[in-house]
Amino acid sequence: MSQVADLSHAPLEELIVCPVCDATYQLQRPKNGERAVCVRCHKVLIAPRRKAGMQIIAVAVAVVVLISAASMLPFLKISAAGRSNSVSIIDAALSFTEGPMLVLALLTAGFILFVPLLRMMLTIYVLVPVVLDRPAARHAVQAFRLSEALRPWSMAEIFALGCAVALVKVADLATVGFGPAFWMFGVLVVLVIVQDSFLCKWSVWNSLEHPKKR
Amino acid sequence: MELSGTSQKTITAREAGLVACTRCARAWPLGTPVCGRCGAKLVSRKENSLQRVWALWIVGLICYFPANLYPMLLTRQLFTETDSTIISGAVDLAHHGAFGIAAIILIASVVIPLGKFWAIAFLAVSVRKQGGIASHRRLLMFEVVEYIGRWSMIDIFVVAILSALVQIKGLVTINPGPAAFFFALSVIFTMLSAQAFDPRMIWDAQDNDNEVPDHG
Ligand SMILES: [Zn+2]
Ligand SMILES: [Zn+2]
Repeated sequence: MSQVADLSHAPLEELIVCPVCDATYQLQRPKNGERAVCVRCHKVLIAPRRKAGMQIIAVAVAVVVLISAASMLPFLKISAAGRSNSVSIIDAALSFTEGPMLVLALLTAGFILFVPLLRMMLTIYVLVPVVLDRPAARHAVQAFRLSEALRPWSMAEIFALGCAVALVKVADLATVGFGPAFWMFGVLVVLVIVQDSFLCKWSVWNSLEHPKKR
Repeated sequence: MELSGTSQKTITAREAGLVACTRCARAWPLGTPVCGRCGAKLVSRKENSLQRVWALWIVGLICYFPANLYPMLLTRQLFTETDSTIISGAVDLAHHGAFGIAAIILIASVVIPLGKFWAIAFLAVSVRKQGGIASHRRLLMFEVVEYIGRWSMIDIFVVAILSALVQIKGLVTINPGPAAFFFALSVIFTMLSAQAFDPRMIWDAQDNDNEVPDHG
């Protein structure tokens, strides 16, 4: 309660405001593995993890490699009556080709390949200097902002469930085989989900503001 | 901020004469135009956001009708040609015994979008009037809308995969129908509509009610 009264005198740097409900708190840094949660709306405000930066970078590199490889290699293959067809993820995204469908093709390719890929590259760009205790990279703020803005539009995991549904639909018509890219994509989805749970946004913003202090 | 589970009375940034950055959680004096840490535009409450929410909501809803009326998949087999809409596609699947998949499609393409339209409208109306259900329930609703809404895109991805994969000329081919285009637009516009909503207004509405202290 005393903290409430103190707020007006506290330096702004020592405050944190819940983005969901506007509750204002005096900054208390949780230890690694602990979480600071908004009492009013229960939003997790800070959730630092030990060596999270390094882990996130490692996962991001793996994801970039996997996406690049998985997008080109054969993904699924069907055969019926002796004839067959195999497609890559790019083929799937670009299957909308006529008229306004082309817009849809570009959006699909963006949601399942380019947005996840771009987000990971931005993450690497922003976090590498932070982890090495170097001054922030040029335009790191804009880069992290873009990465956060793109978060809801990164839909690799939804595409993965879409594959499962598509396979069942096709099962009647033809035999389906999995290409190497299919398995890569499966791993990738797990990595993307792990990645999201490791990243503490507040810690990143804070270290961009005070590069050395962390 | 809760570290050990002790709860305390909270004060909003607006009451403290501050404006919060919703992107990086930094506080600034009221009236500061741009966040000095992350560069986000600072507004105490996105007061005009409701117009944006409604505009995007209406566009999303308009796109939802053709998405259900036009065919989603055009299947050409040896002698037959079937055009299936979202619903008829799911019904077909159920007829073949694939109830689980039919349920996924129905939930992702019908239940989630309709629930989303209802939830966004409900929230947008509820911040304007006093009373009603507790902020926690409304916030939960908002979060569900934000996180689940994207999953509606699954049907578009299914169509994309099927159309690329099932191209065995002379035997069977599957092509996307116009519904795919409208459905994708509908999902995108409702996502934008939910993003335009300012959840802080949910709490203001309750503060005005004076029925607060419980949640401290
Ligand atoms: Zn909160
Ligand atoms: Zn900021």
